[in-house]
Amino acid sequence: MSEKVESSGPLPAVPYIKLPEGADPYLEGQKCSSCGAVYLGQRMACGKCFSREKFEAVKLSDRGTLHVFSIVHRSFPGVEVPFVSAIVDLEGGGTVKGNLVGVEPEPGSVELGMPVDVFFDDAGRKDGDGNSYVSYFFRPAA
Amino acid sequence: MGDVYIQGVDMIRFGRFPDRSLTSLGAEAALLALDDAGLNMGDMQAAWCGNLGQAGGMVGQRVLQEIGQTGIPVVNVANACATGATAFREAWMGVKAGLYDVVLAVGVEQMGRGLLGGAGGSKGISKEGLLGSGIMPCVFAEAGVEHTRSYGTTFEQFAQVSVKNHHHSTMNSKAMYQKETPLEDVMGAEMISYPNTKLMCSVNVDGAAAAVLVSEKKARELGSGRAVKVRASALTSDPYSDRDLVMPDINTCTRNAAAVAYEMAGVGPDDLDLVELHDCFATAEILHYENLGLCKDGDAGRLIDEGETALGGRIPVNVSGGLLSKGHPLGATGIANIYEVSTHLRGEAGARQVEGARLGLTHVIGLGSACAIHVLEKPA
Repeated sequence: MSEKVESSGPLPAVPYIKLPEGADPYLEGQKCSSCGAVYLGQRMACGKCFSREKFEAVKLSDRGTLHVFSIVHRSFPGVEVPFVSAIVDLEGGGTVKGNLVGVEPEPGSVELGMPVDVFFDDAGRKDGDGNSYVSYFFRPAA
Repeated sequence: MGDVYIQGVDMIRFGRFPDRSLTSLGAEAALLALDDAGLNMGDMQAAWCGNLGQAGGMVGQRVLQEIGQTGIPVVNVANACATGATAFREAWMGVKAGLYDVVLAVGVEQMGRGLLGGAGGSKGISKEGLLGSGIMPCVFAEAGVEHTRSYGTTFEQFAQVSVKNHHHSTMNSKAMYQKETPLEDVMGAEMISYPNTKLMCSVNVDGAAAAVLVSEKKARELGSGRAVKVRASALTSDPYSDRDLVMPDINTCTRNAAAVAYEMAGVGPDDLDLVELHDCFATAEILHYENLGLCKDGDAGRLIDEGETALGGRIPVNVSGGLLSKGHPLGATGIANIYEVSTHLRGEAGARQVEGARLGLTHVIGLGSACAIHVLEKPA
């Protein structure tokens, strides 16, 4: 479990969210320097080409397209529903899953292939030690 | 190398048995399979047991403590929803390799109620509903929506899968439910994760199934005339794909397993008379029509529309009622599928019998991922 971190800001909801001081948050991928496959997090070797060459930390795009979605009406107790679970292909590589906000959670309101922006905001939940978290969300492209 | 045969196979009626122990369910299925084979525990040379919920609990040995502790090798198997089929396959390998002539495979599970899945580990905050959803109805909904994206498959077409499988289960006394669900009921049921409504999600049940596998030599010696030949056994995991990190690829590992199985059996999808496939959600069944080659890519919607996969159609799928209505006790499911197809190949399936069934295929997929396929042939 995490401990309360004194006199520092909110924590990233997942390790691939980067919160640089004095700059905008971004998503970080690990790119195989041999074949270019992009991962969210460290690997011992590349799952695609098995290369053990160094992985390069890359800043992932904050723009992408909606690959697929579902509208979740029933989830675990305490989770606010309905919400749109979305899988987004980011420009330049990397696929991430998250909540699509700023649209009605109805099938007719969500368009497959629509351009979306990634933005960062308070996660709206705290851990047992009272720490706040920053998460990422998708919204229809401006 | 000789072929491997299913000498005996059976399942308990799937249901909810909170007052019974996990091992008693497994033991009951094992005894049913032994009776079907006309053999007893003393004849078994090795055993494999599939169970997920108590994977660390030596369930196989505990089953044998209830029905016959003979000191044979026992291996416990866990492989997500492919657990039962993996136990069967490992037993098949033991006979195929020539190590044993008579072995037992058991699959058993006691399920809780409610949703399976969920994202994230124990650190920090829960990611469910924050970074999308990891519940299984959503994961398979997203896989279905990918088919919609490619081919325009509709909510109604996905729902028709449930109508069909629930209809089939009215003829199966071992299914959890025997209840017709008209299209308006399926589409109007509580939405769990669009496009999967509650009636388009598999049923969490307790269950057990077991099989006795024998060598060709042993089958000949026993001469029951009911031994089902295992024409192929294939197991795959998911190869790398670009979206695999966030979107489990249930398609590629099924396609790869099907290719291996068809080659091993020396048959193609057109040679099959029936299929029991992994309809954990109605959306999934549509994908697997194409993954298993039952139709060409993009044609799965038409297949369900035209009733080709219903009993009496060109290639009946899930005549047992499927996971959607028979129920889905994870560790038992794979062997229960094998029981269903074997029962048709033996001509013993009663009202739901696929007439003249000669060749059948079973398919399961566990997320993470594992796909197991078996091709079975009618007793000679």
